[in-house]
Amino acid sequence: MNLNSPLLEIKDLEVSINDNEILKKLNLKINKGEIHAIMGPNGSGKSTFSKVLAGHPAYSILNGDIIFKGSSILELDPEERSHLGIFLAFQYPIEVPGVSNEDFLRLAYNSKQKFYNKPEVDPIEFLTIINEKLQLVNMSPLFLSRNVNEGFSGGEKKRNEILQMILLDSELSILDETDSGLDIDALKIISNGINNFMNPNKSIILITHYQRLLDYINPTYVHVMQNGKIIKTGSAELAKELENKGYEWLTR
Amino acid sequence: MINQSNKVLNTNITKLVNKTYQYGFSTSIEKDIIEKGLNEETVKLISKKKKEPKFLLEFRLKAYKKWKQMNEPEWAYLKFPQIDYQDIIYYSAPKSKKKLKDLSEVDPELLATFEKLGISLTEQKRLSNVAIDAVFDSVSIATTFQEELNKCGVIFSSISEAVHDYPELIQKYLGSVVPIGDNYFAALNSAVFTDGSFCYIPQDTICPLDLSTYFRINDEKSGQFERTLIVAEKNSQVNYLEGCTAPQYDTNQLHAAVVELIALENANIKYSTVQNWYSGDEFGSGGVYNFVTKRGICAGANSKISWTQVETGSSITWKYPSCILMGDNSQGEFYSVALTNNYQQADTGTKMIHIGKNTRSRIISKGISAGKSKNSYRGLVSINNKALGARNYSQCDSLLIGNLSNANTFPFISVQNSTTKIEHEASTSKIGEEQIFYFLQRGICLEKAVELMISGFCREIFTKLPLEFAAEADKLLTLKLEGSVG
Repeated sequence: MNLNSPLLEIKDLEVSINDNEILKKLNLKINKGEIHAIMGPNGSGKSTFSKVLAGHPAYSILNGDIIFKGSSILELDPEERSHLGIFLAFQYPIEVPGVSNEDFLRLAYNSKQKFYNKPEVDPIEFLTIINEKLQLVNMSPLFLSRNVNEGFSGGEKKRNEILQMILLDSELSILDETDSGLDIDALKIISNGINNFMNPNKSIILITHYQRLLDYINPTYVHVMQNGKIIKTGSAELAKELENKGYEWLTR
Repeated sequence: MINQSNKVLNTNITKLVNKTYQYGFSTSIEKDIIEKGLNEETVKLISKKKKEPKFLLEFRLKAYKKWKQMNEPEWAYLKFPQIDYQDIIYYSAPKSKKKLKDLSEVDPELLATFEKLGISLTEQKRLSNVAIDAVFDSVSIATTFQEELNKCGVIFSSISEAVHDYPELIQKYLGSVVPIGDNYFAALNSAVFTDGSFCYIPQDTICPLDLSTYFRINDEKSGQFERTLIVAEKNSQVNYLEGCTAPQYDTNQLHAAVVELIALENANIKYSTVQNWYSGDEFGSGGVYNFVTKRGICAGANSKISWTQVETGSSITWKYPSCILMGDNSQGEFYSVALTNNYQQADTGTKMIHIGKNTRSRIISKGISAGKSKNSYRGLVSINNKALGARNYSQCDSLLIGNLSNANTFPFISVQNSTTKIEHEASTSKIGEEQIFYFLQRGICLEKAVELMISGFCREIFTKLPLEFAAEADKLLTLKLEGSVG
């Protein structure tokens, strides 16, 4: 891969679900070390975009391409994309009854190890690894024995997503409204986790409705998505402008 | 949005579930068969072939007469074509020239069959702590560790042998828990049963080995009608395991078994089953019709009977392992995992009949339905007016995989006194596309994801299984679901 080529490049992406076109000629380039915030009114296609990147099977790609680390990932299964370094922090993290968080996290970690022909870790080794990461998001080890997201508060669920991102050490992380439903303290913890995680080799896409998150995390670019494409791109200032004016002025 | 994703999900689920049945081979062996069809002569002939005492012939004939007057039960949530009882072979036994004295005389073909099923009957390779009775079509082939068991007074033999060796015990207990006219299939079994296992644990004895019967249907046209009788005397204890497989035919085989357990004062019987009869192919053709009556009586005070079952096979399962809690302070337990896939149908559950004082029962039922299958829990908790202080706890959980499967719960509770405490919990959950996508996104492959979710769902039951069985059950469920989720 060419060092100068972007980590992710979306080219004229058109996506539909059940004959409903959601993304319409979407274009986006993300380089290593950049944080891109995507804002936009409800129903503009932000969540669809995040799921399409992760390879959700429900969507049909009509046109265009997604280039990650120099090659197209359209044909790759969700788990392969995950191994390659794409992580999606879900807007609504799924509850999995009967499966402990610890087993889930270890299995995810070991799946990646295995993919890269690295040794899988046993439960005891894993505890050392995970305990260190838990501290980064201010979570108690007690929560490892609870079932995945079951009975978690909104804040705990979101923190669990960030924990997984840190654990899997993904290169491209898409955070879909990770800030929604958080109180100020939780927002600070999560933002801290994200800032510490970020480095020049990684990129993050932040999907958010609120400028509030951007007080803690400084985006390289702010994009406005509407009707399945990006209609405006600017700096962090753009988010503040949106906060004051809403979206309507952009389409007038 | 839903349609398209369902399509994706269901194809993946189908892939995972439709793993070929590894026990689907059949053994070609010379057989002694009674022509198909059922009438009084057939019953007499079976009895004659087995050189049975008179009481047993009378038992059979009485049952046959009852059966003639009865109708197939129609209340279960099952759909299947009319069974032609005249088109079934009621007796099929591997031919052997003389009575076998020891294992070395068993047809090597048969030993090889059981070897292939993972059941070693030869001395060297036997499971070290399990005594096995191997039943092939209608006849018990071999029972291991008999001598060792005899030393502590435990009788473990095929029921045909027991009829000759211990007629008084058989006469006393056979049909005492499941009367011959109890239901259509029990009556049929009572008339034509061919073999099965007999266990007798004498007073003050803890059976030193787990006892196990392995049932194998081989013949395409033959039914299997086995009979199991376990008697645990005062202060005794036994663990019993049952396993089953059948070859893969595109016709249906009938299996109608009766199991009777008798626990006297302070006795403890634990009965575990892993049922993996051939379940038919992905289009619903073939498979075993499994109509089984299993019932235990806690006859003495402080006795305990525990049923654990993992039901994964059969195209139709009709089975309600039950406990009659007669003795004061006696306990009944029922732990069940029933998995159905493709066109399989299961109507299974339990009956807990509380008669004695302070009797307790516990029901944990887990149903998993995938493909186009139907999976129903049917249960009865009945508390008699004299069963003062009785307690029951029931929990029925259903797990749906895909969008075309079906889960039902039919709990029936009847309480006739006011000192009783009954709890019933039920839940239905679904392994849906979003859950699976969550796993996939974290790099966990489909098979692993389903395995983890299923084993989490069944954990409570698997911990009740004997160790060797628990591992097998876990593997079996994953295997059965391979190709079914996603």
